[in-house]
Amino acid sequence: MNTYDLIFYLFAAVTILSALMVVTHKNIVHSAFYLLFTFFGVAGLYVLLAADFIAIVQLIVYVGGILILLLFGVMLTNKITNVEIRTGTINLVPAVIGVGLFAGALLASVVNSPWKIKNPEHTVPTTKLLGTLLLQEYLLIFELLGIVLLIALIGAASIARK
Amino acid sequence: MIYDFLNDLTGSPFIAGTITALLPLFAFILPFALFAVLLERKVAGHMQDRLGPMRVGYHGILQTVADIIKLIQKEDIIARNNDKLLFNIAPVLTFAGSYAAFAAIPFSSVFLGANIDLGIFYIIAVTGLVVAGILMAGWASNNKYSLLGAMRSAAQIISYEIPTILVVLSIVMLTGTMSLYDLSESQTSYFWNWYLLGGPEFEIQKFLLIPFMLIGFLIIYISTLAEVNRTPFDIPEAESELVSGYHTEYSGMKFAMFFLAEYANMFAVSAIVVALFLGGYQSPFGYLGNLLNINWLIPLEQFFWFTFKGIFFVFVQMWLRWTLPRLRVDQLMAASWKYLIPIAFFNLLIIGIISIL
Repeated sequence: MNTYDLIFYLFAAVTILSALMVVTHKNIVHSAFYLLFTFFGVAGLYVLLAADFIAIVQLIVYVGGILILLLFGVMLTNKITNVEIRTGTINLVPAVIGVGLFAGALLASVVNSPWKIKNPEHTVPTTKLLGTLLLQEYLLIFELLGIVLLIALIGAASIARK
Repeated sequence: MIYDFLNDLTGSPFIAGTITALLPLFAFILPFALFAVLLERKVAGHMQDRLGPMRVGYHGILQTVADIIKLIQKEDIIARNNDKLLFNIAPVLTFAGSYAAFAAIPFSSVFLGANIDLGIFYIIAVTGLVVAGILMAGWASNNKYSLLGAMRSAAQIISYEIPTILVVLSIVMLTGTMSLYDLSESQTSYFWNWYLLGGPEFEIQKFLLIPFMLIGFLIIYISTLAEVNRTPFDIPEAESELVSGYHTEYSGMKFAMFFLAEYANMFAVSAIVVALFLGGYQSPFGYLGNLLNINWLIPLEQFFWFTFKGIFFVFVQMWLRWTLPRLRVDQLMAASWKYLIPIAFFNLLIIGIISIL
């Protein structure tokens, strides 16, 4: 077991344990803050996989954006000055069926996909490569995604206006 | 690079990595915070035509040391209805966020924690942890002033991140690199090569770029000022409204950690501005080491210039604090969304057009 493995297991443990805490914790604000560690752990795993750009995008989008919005949502919609915000469990049977199906699909794809198990010899910065790919080979998809995001923005603004 | 040097010296990547990671804290942030707190009080004093601290040491130079000894002795108060876990994690998280940024700040061509390809992008990303820490502190305090301060702070930081990123994007677009080391190296050692004055290439674009670079510089300075919650954007800790915002409930060393994070952040944003627009660690007019043929002098000079430029902008932040009144919340949001973002966006477009000319 070398340093790389040690760091990998550290990040994996952080990710899995905090993800477990997110779903089991009764206090919804605590869950949201545990999610911070989950996102952070996933970013660490991306770094270990030599995907530097994705790792930082993970931090900037999930920690800097989505998590903060989530916290705002939780804090503004509940009685904000109260520390005791609780969650409960509803719709147990449909949830179990849905999650079971999803887990099955995930497991099937994990087992069946051809993984690259060789460590990269030396890591190269991925930003330029990704940029070239996005703006040449996948340009149409990239622009379509941009339009989808724009539509979501306009929709959110028009709903907020009402 | 300092890591390679230590790796050769100690023969262990683990020890070398640990020392490299701790070096900015002990060699820079702690002395800087000691100095900056005193500077802040002295600047405040002299701007208001008084003297500031005078009792401890000559002209009060040991005042912050005395303050730190006082803070260490103070009782660590946790109120009964605080959320204990989050209340204790929050100061650490806030400091971790601002300290993580120092991993990629190029103090000189050899003193640079990690020469990562995504330097500036990384710094913008990890400072997101500061927002989470502030929200955590405000919420865990179970105090309406703390919570309001934290909400204001988070709203302000995420609004002002957009103009900052747009200006950073214009520089990245012009240079084609996000590495702070490459950015600093490219602005070679004379001040007319700084990106504030159009960059190192001496062509017609350079002169076309100058006015737009000045606009970009002003925008990024204003918005980073807002990101570190300094006056005129200090509504998150507006003393006359919110006691002291998100750290109202904190005492002793936890309070000190918030303070340390705030001063580290003040330097970090100044360092970003310096690295992007003012030549990074490059000297404005050549090196003494080159003149005298002493190679080891150059990194020291670079360190001096970088900290000098950084501390100059920290001084400007303090200067503004005692010059400008505080903005209202609606004025603050209007300043970002209605003025800075559109101007930064057009600036980005114009710089893009000039750079492909």
